[in-house]
Amino acid sequence: MALLEVEDLHVEFGSVSDPIIAVDGVQLTLEAGEVVGCVGESGSGKSVTALALMGLTEFPGRVRAHRLALAGHDLRTLSGRQHRRIVGKEIAMIFQDPLASLDPCYTVAFQLAETLRVHGTHAERSSAKLRRARALELLRQVEIPDAEARLAAFPHQLSGGMAQRVMIAMAIACNPKLLIADEPTTALDVTVQAQVLGLLLKLQRERGMALLLITHDLAVVAETAQRVYVMYAGQVVETGPVPGIFAAPLHPYTQALLAALPEHNLDRKRLKAIRGVVPGSRDRPSGCLLHPRCDYALERCRAERPRLEGARGRESRCHFPLDERGRPTHGWAPMSRVRASSP
Amino acid sequence: MLAFVLRRVALIVPTFLGVTLLAFALIHLIPGDPVENLSGERGMDPARRLRLLHEFGLDRPLPVQYLDYVGQVLEGDLGSSLTTHEPVLQEFRTLFPATVELAFFAMLLAVALGLPAGILAAIRRNTAADYAVMGISLTGYSMPIFWWALLLILFFSVQLGWTPVSGRIAVEYDVPAASGFMLVDTLRAGDWGAFRSALSHLILPSIALGTIPLAVIARMTRSAMLEVLREDYVRAARAKGLKRRQVIVVHALRNALIPVITVIGLQVGLLLSGAILTETIFSWPGVGNWLIHGVQSRDYPVVQGGILLIATIVISVNLIVDLTYGVVNPRIRHA
Amino acid sequence: MIEVEESLEAVEPGPRAAGPLTEFWHAYAQSRGALVGLAIAVALVLLAIFAGALAPHSPYEQYRELTLSPPAWQGGDPRFLLGTDAVGRDILSRLIYGTRLSLLIGLISVAISLSFGIVLGVIAGYLRGWTETTIMRLMDVMLALPSLLLAIAVVAILGPGLINAMYAIAIVLVPHYVRLTRAAVIAEKAREYVLSSKIAGAGPLRVMFSTILPNCLAPLIVQATLGFSSAILDAAALGFLGLGAQPPMPEWGSMLADALEFIQRASWVVTFPGLAILVTVLAFNLMGDGLRDALDPRLKR
Repeated sequence: MALLEVEDLHVEFGSVSDPIIAVDGVQLTLEAGEVVGCVGESGSGKSVTALALMGLTEFPGRVRAHRLALAGHDLRTLSGRQHRRIVGKEIAMIFQDPLASLDPCYTVAFQLAETLRVHGTHAERSSAKLRRARALELLRQVEIPDAEARLAAFPHQLSGGMAQRVMIAMAIACNPKLLIADEPTTALDVTVQAQVLGLLLKLQRERGMALLLITHDLAVVAETAQRVYVMYAGQVVETGPVPGIFAAPLHPYTQALLAALPEHNLDRKRLKAIRGVVPGSRDRPSGCLLHPRCDYALERCRAERPRLEGARGRESRCHFPLDERGRPTHGWAPMSRVRASSP
Repeated sequence: MLAFVLRRVALIVPTFLGVTLLAFALIHLIPGDPVENLSGERGMDPARRLRLLHEFGLDRPLPVQYLDYVGQVLEGDLGSSLTTHEPVLQEFRTLFPATVELAFFAMLLAVALGLPAGILAAIRRNTAADYAVMGISLTGYSMPIFWWALLLILFFSVQLGWTPVSGRIAVEYDVPAASGFMLVDTLRAGDWGAFRSALSHLILPSIALGTIPLAVIARMTRSAMLEVLREDYVRAARAKGLKRRQVIVVHALRNALIPVITVIGLQVGLLLSGAILTETIFSWPGVGNWLIHGVQSRDYPVVQGGILLIATIVISVNLIVDLTYGVVNPRIRHA
Repeated sequence: MIEVEESLEAVEPGPRAAGPLTEFWHAYAQSRGALVGLAIAVALVLLAIFAGALAPHSPYEQYRELTLSPPAWQGGDPRFLLGTDAVGRDILSRLIYGTRLSLLIGLISVAISLSFGIVLGVIAGYLRGWTETTIMRLMDVMLALPSLLLAIAVVAILGPGLINAMYAIAIVLVPHYVRLTRAAVIAEKAREYVLSSKIAGAGPLRVMFSTILPNCLAPLIVQATLGFSSAILDAAALGFLGLGAQPPMPEWGSMLADALEFIQRASWVVTFPGLAILVTVLAFNLMGDGLRDALDPRLKR
């Protein structure tokens, strides 16, 4: 049984008759102790998915799923109280902007102790002294220098990197089975990014924690994850193991993402960008969501919605997945040159 | 923090001087002869006028007169009332506690009802509760205070006979004026009947005066809470698995209170404006009433002194509010 | 690898973008409260303009035999729908003419204070330095006084009366507009289009008024509407204290001044004028809120 099972997750906002679709049938699985990446552009729905997993979808969002379970427990049918026992304890999350995610009015010590007071052991919940000792220990585990002094600090006295370490400390305080990291390094300086990532991986290894790393940075995923989900416009378009998926992507979008990396454009004057824009919440294309921007799109792509298909653990959502040489299986004909073609 | 405090205190000085300038200019801008205005005597013979002119220092150049005036003010000499011949400062001191008592209860009401109402409206956004709070609040600050006071009197005093119409306490009670605060003094004297009477006299004026601050506080609390509830740290707090009430009270409210406290403090100026009208209607013996009678009877020392004193109080309260803000906002306190 | 080529498909033209005025109206009409406010305001303006035709009686004519007559539905004379006051004047007619007075007071006071406020604010924001400091300190002093107190001080100097009350109210409102304009000017000054205008050779006055000002308009419009309702309340307060419009003018506040005496005998003398003030102020507050919500996203542009 997988640690996290998500099947057919939908998240909508707005009116019921004319909804804004943020997540459109996503599926995810995570095994215990795995590091899984989730990549996509802004607007791909990755953060919304993460929030839905935590049950933090903001009102008036509506979440529904065919299956949403953590270690076998169905998350959809939990009462508020049961849910609160899981969130922060079994499954924890860190966010993109660490300085904004810490309450400016309370010290680091207070905010760390808060987690312990709610989810800690009986001893931790009753003894303030013990909580403080634990907080100190946690700060040391996340490699914060001069931890004793930092306990009394307020968020505005911390740097971005330190704030993120504090957030990580709060997240791992009760040994969660799954840690969701939503763009944990995007808001940090480049030099700090590597450190924080390294810390996350170290903690993951030490504690056997599963890590769901959400990012738009392919390089990060390539270095850290064991498997990756590629998301586009609220759907999972490809999933596979790292590095295989990058060596031979199945979906044109993945291919395009890779092609846009600076490392793959050393011989060009301009980065190979994907033309067009991510569909907004309103103007979703018919058929395959990528077809207006896909160079290989054919009539079938405009007409019919592709499903996520393929070998187990190596699926893609495309009518004409790419072969090992990166060419579509229907032949090679960009849409603009084709008047009427049959698949 | 220290720099913040010093800067705020330093700003007071020019503002205070500005107010003294305004009060000083008042006498000289009023149409008519300043000597007549300041003495209250009309049609004096020239010799007496000359003598008074010299006595009031009106024959000296204006800048010197101003400096003299400031000097007098700092010594506590604000002239004497033309009608009662009592020193203005003393009259003010005697009457001020009545206004403070009224303003205090009005503010208590405004905060005790306004704050929870605003929080409720924010948590239950776009529901009936929210619309009700916003609707009542809007009506509250669209109403003229004096009309609202009259309506309250009409309903509770005239129709129902529950509360008295005017004054601070029923005529039959004679309470030794110790602190000037009726509730305190009646308790000190151990006179229960008097205490209850004072309380019942306090109710309607407090409601009338406190309505506008209540409306404003409810509104501002709601919008502050709505903003705070959208913040990342509230979401992060929820992600920690905290109880809903904990998230709202410990995190959201604490942060929302920062701007709200400023708003509460600034209501004091509004309260003093409103007190003028409320005291008039309820015949409440406070400084508002005193000032209006001064204006209506052309008692210029009273008008001048009253304006200066009230303005000074407002400035001081604003300073305290500013400093409180600095304490409550951790970014300033632990800069 | 596939070349990224321009698609040769024709691009369909999208729906024609709505003009800014229509766009604004759509945003404004989102709020029911704002629409109600607008409707009432329009009704009031019409009432004010056509007071002569709509009012059944003259506001000054005294019907001595019918003093303190109750409203028609409480048994009074049907000629006087809302009853008469202490000297026998028709309350309904006085209220209708009072609309004209109140709206006029609001309009003139706001117009005066906007003019002064904008000019001072632009000067302060544009010139900075000592000019700015002096102006802002002066505004601080004015704001240190509770608004009614300041108005009373001005009236104490100028003497009671409708015109003087208007001046007083205008003076009270000025600091708010100065602050607003100055803040907006300072923010706009740093923007690029001002720099380019300067480079193109526009003199400071031209830059101030024709380039910067139009972009500060939105918050000013909102404040002006709210200032309008504030002016009406202040005018009523001054009237009530006997410092504003003088009898026999049918100003709503002064109508309430006599009411206190008759509160037990003739409650209608109290209720109706206050209701008129409430409805008017409410309407403009609703409009102001609606304007703020409609203009807000554009403010952030």
